[in-house]
Amino acid sequence: MGIAFENRVTAPQLPSRPAYGDNQTGTHLPTRAGSLNGVIVPEQPGKNAIEVRGVRKVFGTGENQVAALDTVSVSIRENEFFTLLGPSGCGKTTLLRLIAGFDFPTAGEILLHGQDIAPLPPFKRPVNTVFQSYALFPHMTVAQNIGFGLEMLGKPKAEIEARVTQMLKLVKMEALKARRTSQISGGQQQRVALARALAPQPKVLLLDEPLSALDYKLRKEMQIELKRLQHETGITFIFVTHDQEEALTMSDRIAVMSAGKILQVGSPRDIYDRPAERFVADFIGETNFLPGTVVSKKSGVATVKFASNATIAAGYPEGFDPTGEVTLVVRPEHADLVPDPAKGTVAGTLANIVYFGTDTHYHVKLDGGENFIVRHQNSRSAPVTYATGAKVGIQFEEDAARVLKD
Amino acid sequence: MTTAALSPTTLSKAALFEAQAVKTSARRNRLLSLPALIIIGIFGVLPLVIICVYSFLVAAPYGGVQWQFSTDAYLNFLFQRDIFDDTLQFTPDFLIIYLRSFLFAVVTTVICLLLGFPTAYFMATRPPAQRNWWVLLITIPFWSNLLVRTLAIMFIIRDEGLINNALIGLGVIDKPITMLYTNFAIQLGLLYAFLPFMVLPLYSSLEKLDFRLVEAGYDLYATRRQVLWRVIIPLSKPGIIAGCLLVFIPALGAYVTPLILGGGIHLMIGDLIAQQFGSGRNWPLGCAQALILMAAVLVALFLYVRNTSGKVQHG
Amino acid sequence: MAEPRMMDIKDQPGFRTVAVICLLVLYIPVLILMIFSLNSGSLVTHWEGVTLGWYGTAFLNDEFHAAAKNTMIISVTATIVSTICATLAAIGMTRVKPWRGLAAAFMVINLPLMVPEIITAVATLSFFALIAGAFGLNFGIGNLILAHTVFCIPFAYMPIRARLEDMDLTLETAAADLYATPWNAFKRITLPLLVPGIMSGAALAFIVSFDDFTITQLVAGPGQTTLPLYIWNQIRRPMTPEINAISTILLMVSILFVSVSFLIARRRAK
Repeated sequence: MGIAFENRVTAPQLPSRPAYGDNQTGTHLPTRAGSLNGVIVPEQPGKNAIEVRGVRKVFGTGENQVAALDTVSVSIRENEFFTLLGPSGCGKTTLLRLIAGFDFPTAGEILLHGQDIAPLPPFKRPVNTVFQSYALFPHMTVAQNIGFGLEMLGKPKAEIEARVTQMLKLVKMEALKARRTSQISGGQQQRVALARALAPQPKVLLLDEPLSALDYKLRKEMQIELKRLQHETGITFIFVTHDQEEALTMSDRIAVMSAGKILQVGSPRDIYDRPAERFVADFIGETNFLPGTVVSKKSGVATVKFASNATIAAGYPEGFDPTGEVTLVVRPEHADLVPDPAKGTVAGTLANIVYFGTDTHYHVKLDGGENFIVRHQNSRSAPVTYATGAKVGIQFEEDAARVLKD
Repeated sequence: MTTAALSPTTLSKAALFEAQAVKTSARRNRLLSLPALIIIGIFGVLPLVIICVYSFLVAAPYGGVQWQFSTDAYLNFLFQRDIFDDTLQFTPDFLIIYLRSFLFAVVTTVICLLLGFPTAYFMATRPPAQRNWWVLLITIPFWSNLLVRTLAIMFIIRDEGLINNALIGLGVIDKPITMLYTNFAIQLGLLYAFLPFMVLPLYSSLEKLDFRLVEAGYDLYATRRQVLWRVIIPLSKPGIIAGCLLVFIPALGAYVTPLILGGGIHLMIGDLIAQQFGSGRNWPLGCAQALILMAAVLVALFLYVRNTSGKVQHG
Repeated sequence: MAEPRMMDIKDQPGFRTVAVICLLVLYIPVLILMIFSLNSGSLVTHWEGVTLGWYGTAFLNDEFHAAAKNTMIISVTATIVSTICATLAAIGMTRVKPWRGLAAAFMVINLPLMVPEIITAVATLSFFALIAGAFGLNFGIGNLILAHTVFCIPFAYMPIRARLEDMDLTLETAAADLYATPWNAFKRITLPLLVPGIMSGAALAFIVSFDDFTITQLVAGPGQTTLPLYIWNQIRRPMTPEINAISTILLMVSILFVSVSFLIARRRAK
């Protein structure tokens, strides 16, 4: 670290700008091939757009010091829809602000295409942000807002106009280009904010909970819209949210954060099916936690015994060695009710049945005292009907249970 | 946190850059504030220092000072040196003027509060469009020329003024009632001058009042008066204190009102001080009197600050 | 207490009456003063008929001209200087990382509001007397301009600061994100959004300077009569409705500027 610092003490250099402006007056944006729905991530690790290396951020001084980020490292690939997910105060927005240049790391490096940008002020970084509050300039029109970045870059007027027109079309706002930003709806403001941030063709687009101010329907619409824009522009998106559903549906990869640390980075499926830690499992989706004792272990699969003496095979994350008393996690949809308590791996009393439309949740009070939720998808042919107070057994699907670090 | 021991070498380049930026911006901000601070410093603060110095000097015969140390100005505030035997005689003339000014200011504050609170409350409970008009109507006299407004009062209460003319015309009285150049005239003038100073801070405090709390009061069986005394008034205490201060301080140091409506007969502190710089030709005494007034104001401000900072702690 | 059935929970009995009385009390004396400026008789108290003649008399009066000219020179200069200083100071002192001495600077800016006017007046008088005596410095009407600038600064400062405090900080962050240098961000974002605050501040500074009597009376030298001083001189003579006419003009200027400042502030609130 010290050596790296010595080597880099020369005047901070501007990372090469994205190739905008050179011959970009056409109306076609570069499009990205492959990975249409974004769920499949190209396995070969592409070039990294952003590399965060050992970044710490401490706010305040002396007694009031708070580490908002505690030595975080993560690589974000080019053309990726990358999501920082975590509860409020976990440091996700801080990390975003460090990448944008609104705050500066206390220690560590942030590399954009291999160049350290951490000491550059925001106006020298080819990175643009969509703000949670949109931060549209109230004294400018929609078109002026969108053109602002290009204007500040000193682009010729004709080019700015062409790009603004193209952006307006991209976000379907052509009709409202002369409006003041106070005269358009929240959803429209959102689109303008996006267009404004995309207009200078940044290498990376940062989105700070951009959908949180929208109502449910509009949010769903914008989620699809964002995916489309990312696909059409081929720009790396770094998306901050506390909404796990949003993260799962939109992202190529997700980093789950808590208390200033990144707990797990992976595809939505990885994160959901193979959570690395108890926090991840708990934060994303609904999860049951069951106590048990490890009886034996073999090649990544542990045999865990319950209080009822029944045993179950459960996987566990790499680099974790479960022994003795452990907690198992089981997703509610990976378990099933059986009317005969004796046939279940565990048994209990049905305490409550909650109907959700698409599915039904059965709240079971296990004989050991824990609460367990079984989710059952509703279909036309209702198989068995249960009544509250009935004794029931619970069966687990194969691979349903995992042993996790607390 | 364990980060307190971060040495400069472990800090990132960016952190050093940030530290530099903070330093630069602090320098820039200080520089931006400088012109205002210099002007107020030289032409506002320095003069206050000068009158502190002057108050310890000897009066020159035709106004101004002689550079000779003396505490006479302060002694003269309470005592008079006998011309023959040079002993100090207790003379409460100035003290009486101070006490009377204090009384004027207190009465003004109390009556302004009694009139201003219902007014501000009424304004705050109007629909927004109407409310704006009320605020404008109170704001206009707030900023209007005090001399002219005092003159308007004078026209009404003088012997040939509107009130006397009307009363005589109606046959209620046959000789005009003398109102101008009396304590009543000063009191009336002070009320008239400072009423808007009470209403506006009260209004801005009442405007923010959460009327759901009033509903909660009624819901819990309080009557209108009980809601007023137990809910509304306690919640608007900061506004009440601010309003009282905004009336009390200028009323205590009032100059124009007693000058025009007191006719130089019924003095207040303000006129007394000005007199020392005019016909009195005793600048050190005037400076001392000004500083004693300043001390009274500082006490009032101190009480205010203590009161409001206490409020913050309570939440 | 008998409560009416349909009660507005916000109402308090009698408050409306007090409010209306307050408004009447504040306005009736001033309105009478204005009405008598139209009195065709030469007595300020005895109504004889309607005329605009006293305004004509005032406008033809050389002393009035001189006073009006002095007032404008002083007020306009003090307004410009104080508004510029207040704007710079507000930018340097609002929403910034606290710099050493910031709290003290804030106190200094607000000092003229806390010191009773009469004290400021005699202090300023003493100050100018001292520099005239010690250094032979006398700025003439500049003395008054400087004295006015001092107490105009906090009045101009308040609305500018309030406007800055209301301003969304992320707007400047967004500008920086969109490649605006700090200077460009200030020029293109902060300053345009600050303009209403500056105008409002300038209007207030102008009013307080235009209306000032106490400080001007003590500091003014010979030939430095302003409009308020002119009125004061008139009071001590046998009065004619001309004084009402001049007073009315002064009031109208105040009303105009207050209304402008008020409307700007209201529009901002929307």
